[in-house]
This record gives sequence, C-alpha cells and structure tokens, in this order.
Amino acid sequence: MTARDPDSPSDDARADGTTTDATTDDSPTHDAAAGSDEIETRVGLRYTLRQVKRDTTARIGIYTVGFVTFVAVLASIDYYVFDYAVAEAVWYSPVSDPEEVQRLLPPVFMENQFGTGVLEHPMGTDHRGRDIFVRLFYGTRIAITVGFMATGIGLGGGTLIGAVSGYYGGWIDDVLQRVTETVYAIPFLVLVIAFMTAFGRDLTFAMIGVGITSIPVFNRLIRSRVVSVREEDYIEAARAAGVKDRNIILRHVIPNSFAPVLVQATLQIGVSILIVAGLSFLGFGAQPPTPSWGQMLSASRNYMLPAPTFSLFPGIAILVTVVGFNILGDGLQDALDPRINN
Amino acid sequence: MSDPLLSVENLKTQFFTEDGTVRAVDGISFDVHEGEIVGLVGESGAGKSVATSSLLRLVDSPGEIVGGEVTFKGRTLFGLEEDANGDLRPRDDMLSEEEMRREIRGREIAIIFQDPMESLNPVFTVGGQLREFIELNRDLSEEEAKREAIDMLREVGIPAPETRYDEYPHQFSGGMRQRVLIAMALACQPDLIIADEPTTALDVTVEGQILAMVEELQRKYDTSFVWVTHDMSVVAEICDRVNVMYLGEIIEHATVDDLFYDTKHPYTRALLDSMPRPDETVHELNPIRGVMPEAIDPPSGCRFHPRCPDGREVCREVHPEPRDLAEAGEPTHRAACVKYDAFDVGYDESRPLEADVTGGFDAGLTETGGDE
Repeated sequence: MTARDPDSPSDDARADGTTTDATTDDSPTHDAAAGSDEIETRVGLRYTLRQVKRDTTARIGIYTVGFVTFVAVLASIDYYVFDYAVAEAVWYSPVSDPEEVQRLLPPVFMENQFGTGVLEHPMGTDHRGRDIFVRLFYGTRIAITVGFMATGIGLGGGTLIGAVSGYYGGWIDDVLQRVTETVYAIPFLVLVIAFMTAFGRDLTFAMIGVGITSIPVFNRLIRSRVVSVREEDYIEAARAAGVKDRNIILRHVIPNSFAPVLVQATLQIGVSILIVAGLSFLGFGAQPPTPSWGQMLSASRNYMLPAPTFSLFPGIAILVTVVGFNILGDGLQDALDPRINN
Repeated sequence: MSDPLLSVENLKTQFFTEDGTVRAVDGISFDVHEGEIVGLVGESGAGKSVATSSLLRLVDSPGEIVGGEVTFKGRTLFGLEEDANGDLRPRDDMLSEEEMRREIRGREIAIIFQDPMESLNPVFTVGGQLREFIELNRDLSEEEAKREAIDMLREVGIPAPETRYDEYPHQFSGGMRQRVLIAMALACQPDLIIADEPTTALDVTVEGQILAMVEELQRKYDTSFVWVTHDMSVVAEICDRVNVMYLGEIIEHATVDDLFYDTKHPYTRALLDSMPRPDETVHELNPIRGVMPEAIDPPSGCRFHPRCPDGREVCREVHPEPRDLAEAGEPTHRAACVKYDAFDVGYDESRPLEADVTGGFDAGLTETGGDE
C-alpha cells in the first residue's frame, strides 16, 4: 500500500523524537508509550478524579457525596421496588404512623418533657411518632434526586442555549441572551413558586422549576467559553471539512468549553438541594407523608422549643450534603485548572 | 489545455469594520489545473488566507465576498449577478450553503491549516477525528473508516499507527500533527487541497520531510494543490506555477522557473533579493523597504509604488492590471507593472519617485520607512 521509502518513517520518528522528547513519546511500541503514564492519562475522568483525590478537603467532598448518593440509591431501591417493605422489616416505616404513638421522643441518652430517648429510636421520633433516623435516611432520596435532576435540567438547557448562542453570535446571541437575562432578573424563588402554582405543587415541578431558573447560570458560563473556543483552528478545520453545525457544536465546541460548567454543576447540585428544601419548608415540594428533609424541618418548627433535636437532624443532613458538594466542586475546579495542575 | 479544475475570476472579499472597509482580497484571478501545485505567495497581510477561505465560502462576518466568480469542476462555488434593480444577488447556479457543506467542503476541496498545534481538537483522539472526517466525506461505515484512517496515518509516515490512533493530539509532536492534518485532508480523497502555510510552524528539517512527503503523495493521488506560503524556498521546492500577492492583488503570475529566472515585477524581485542565498556571502540582507500598508486605505495607482525601487510618478496614478508579458509560444507570465512596454503609460518619461521621498513629500514612505 505505501509507496514511501521504507526508511523515512523511522527517520522522521528520530527527528521528531529528539526535539520533543519532553512532551511526546514517538516510540512506535505501545509499551514505551504506557511507560510515560503521567502524560498518558492527562485527559479523562480517571485522571481528573485522581487529581481531585490528592487534595484532602476535596477527598472529604468525594466521600461525603459518595456516601449520600449511596444512601439515596439504597432508599430509592426500597421505595420503588419494595414500597418500604425493607424499611419496615428491619426498622420502621418512614411514612406510616406507628401503632403505639411515642411522639417527639428525644435522641437516645437524652430526656425531654415527652420522655426519655430509647435505643430503638436513636434520633428520636417526630410529631407523629415516626422514627427520625428512618425518615432522614429516606429523605436522602428526595434530596439527591432533586439535586441531580434540577441541575441536569439547568445544565442541559443552559449548555445548549449558551453554546448555540455563543457559536452563532449575532442576532441569535442577542435574542437568547436577552431572554436569559429576563429570567435572571426575576427572583428565583418567586419564579419557582409561580411556576409550581401554575402547574402543580408536587416535587416534579419543583425540580423542573429550579432547573429552569438555573439555566441562565450555565448558559452565561458556557457562552463565555464558547465565544473563544469557536475561534480555534480546529473548529475552522471542522467547518472546512464539511461537518454540520450541529455536530460542530455538540462534538467540538461543547466538550472544549465544558470544564468550568462541570465545576458549576457540582456546586449547583448543592444549591438546588438547598432551594428545594426551602420550597418544601414553604409547603411547595414533596408532599406528606413522603419523607424529605425540607418538609421535616417545616414540621419541626412548631416543636422547636420542646423538642429542638427534631429540627436539628434534618438541618445537619442538609448542611453536610450541601457542603460536601461544594467541597467537591472546589476540588474539581483546582483539578481542572491547568495552572494549578502539575 | 483542458478546462481548469478550479478557476477564480476577479474574486473580491471585504471586511466591513468600524474603521472602514478592508479590501482584503481585491480582484484576484487564477486557476488550478488537475495534478498541479499552484503557489500563492505574499507577505503577512497580503490576503492569502482570506483568499483561500473565500474559495470555500468560509469567510465570517464582518467579512463578505462581494464580487467575482469561483468555478470548480464546472460548478459555481460563488457567483453574483445583477437583478432588475441593479443590486447584486447570488446566481441561480451558485451552490447553496448546504450543498457547499455536503458536497464540496472536505469531499472535493480540503484545507490543511497553518498551525498543527491548534488545528486538532484537544479533547478527542487523533484517530477519532480522522475517522469522523472520513465517515462524513466518504460514506463509509465506522469500521471501514477506522481502517482507512489507520492506513492514512501509515501513509503519512506515522509509526505504529494502530497505537497512535488512540492517542490525543498533545501526545504528538508538531511534525507528527502536521502529518495527521495532511492525512485528514488526503483521507477524504479530494481533488483539490488548499494548504494554508502548512509548514510555517515547523522547523526546517521537519519542513523538508513534509514537503518531500507531499510531493510523493501528490504524485500518487494526483491531487491538485493551492499552496499558500510566504517562503520563496518552499515555492521553489514544490510549486508548478506561482501567483504572487501584494495587498489583496495578484501582481505576478508565472511558472516557477520563470518566476525565479525571469522575474518581472519589482516586488517579486525584492522578495527574492531579501532572501539569504547559499551561494553568496553578504554582510547584510537586503530587505524590502517599509511595511505593507493597510488594506483599509491602499495607496493610489500601483499599490507597491511607495516601497518600489523602480517607482516613478506615473506609478502613483496608473493602477496596472496584470498583463501577459511572455513571448509568443512561452507559458503565460503575467505581471502588473507599468515599467513594461506592454502597458505604454509613459513610464520612461516619468520622473522617479525617489526625489520626492528625499524632499519629504511622500508621507506614506517617510512614515513607514523608519520601521525597518
């Protein structure tokens, strides 16, 4: 097949290799390439994760997020597949009121006017006698679902709008950005509540509403990157090769603009969890008896003085989760920043 | 001679900026025949790159192709006509944007870009990008395209292509990346490849290897090239015919031998003189005076006259169009300089411009003259 002088490829490998040894491995064998592991894996998820793990704080973030997500998965399985059967078998149902009601019990080893804490209910019981620990456990499902779904909607919508807007520029950019700014200008809580009033008060619309309000964040972030990425030669090269605009945006523009968006998404998950907890507190969101942290907080506010621990635990759960995502986001940011990275 | 593969007539591309209209390409005409390498030479800012992206209609706002005609294999890539109101509008036979993308770009005409460091997408493997272009332009399945991509990588002299296929651009050296870009252009089996200064970013050793390889592959595939460069030695090495551009115009056109041994235009002469030569020892190189003026406000008359050693009064007034100066039977040799008799505008009687310069009348020259 090749019409070339058989010597020339190897000549060239030598010539290139001597000038660029430091950054490139021109050796023809795979073993040699694998030897320079550091360079080999500079791109990709695994490398980024390893970079994140180097940082102690970020590692705490990863473990926290991992743990909370794991709990949420367990809870989801029990909820969707067994309809809380597992919870009832090993502990208490998080939704139905127990038969002999022991309301507002304090955590174990503590006492309040309603009684003494028992080992059976390590975090005490709520105003209907349900076990707080179980409800917290199952509330994780809502928090994580909401965090990921709302952020996913914002991320997907914002990325697409921002990329199209930045890539085409001109009037398309103007229209999309002005619309985005209009959404941005309305206080998000008002927007979400108006949205839910119009469509329905349940959790699905809470997620969609929060997702929509976070679109401008992602949109503006990725647009600012796309505006510079679209000037790159490889975009021009793709255009010159006849690649469709759609594929240029999806395959070439977005992946090259994505690093800051990924960081923002991680932070946004925490924010979304917080917002939806706030909404549940106001009565918009997961409806009783579905266990959710925000709604537990909401119920506990009437018993703040006689049973303060009732509101304490859901609060801690929200705090730990949100902080976990934030730490992870910061760690990702450092890991993806080429200036710190080395 | 048969019909040319690509023919460009009076192509004009302008950029409409806030400071005024930049006439980046101002009425260039040239053609490329099958199996030929045609050079497009000029200093930075002469409009070479704009000219090449105009061929594929890739000029972005605020730039716009405002006139001329580009024909490729009998199809109109660009052409305007006047409608009833005297306004210009695209001709009916001009290919639509969709047709350009689907049928011309990549498939019939490919571009090799200047900077191999920037022309590959850093987040995809080299093989993946090559495969994408092949799949797109040759209607092959993913597997066939992958095999073809590996073959192409081998063809351009990349050792162990099966392994390199899965590597990322940053794992390639500059020369290797340029080879990949050439593989990308060739892989789609176009009839014409536009090479936009493909060796400028490489060192001379690698440049030599790449040029040798291109010549080899050109012979093998019989692809035509438009080779854009500012390097006269590359021109001598690789081109069959050459167009010399200055400030948006083609001022000389000749076969490569004629251009070097029978140089007509003073600008080309000056370009050649400014190069170091292995057979002569000089203490100082002989640069062209001044810098190229802005295309936003080109000099009157001949655009080269403020820097021209042969400039005379008449050059300021008469704007020469290139004319064929070759003797009968010789290959075409067009040049746009009024000092040749064919122009007959009274060059011989005209006063040399040099006197004006010392008198300080010519603001353009005294202003730019100090830069060098």
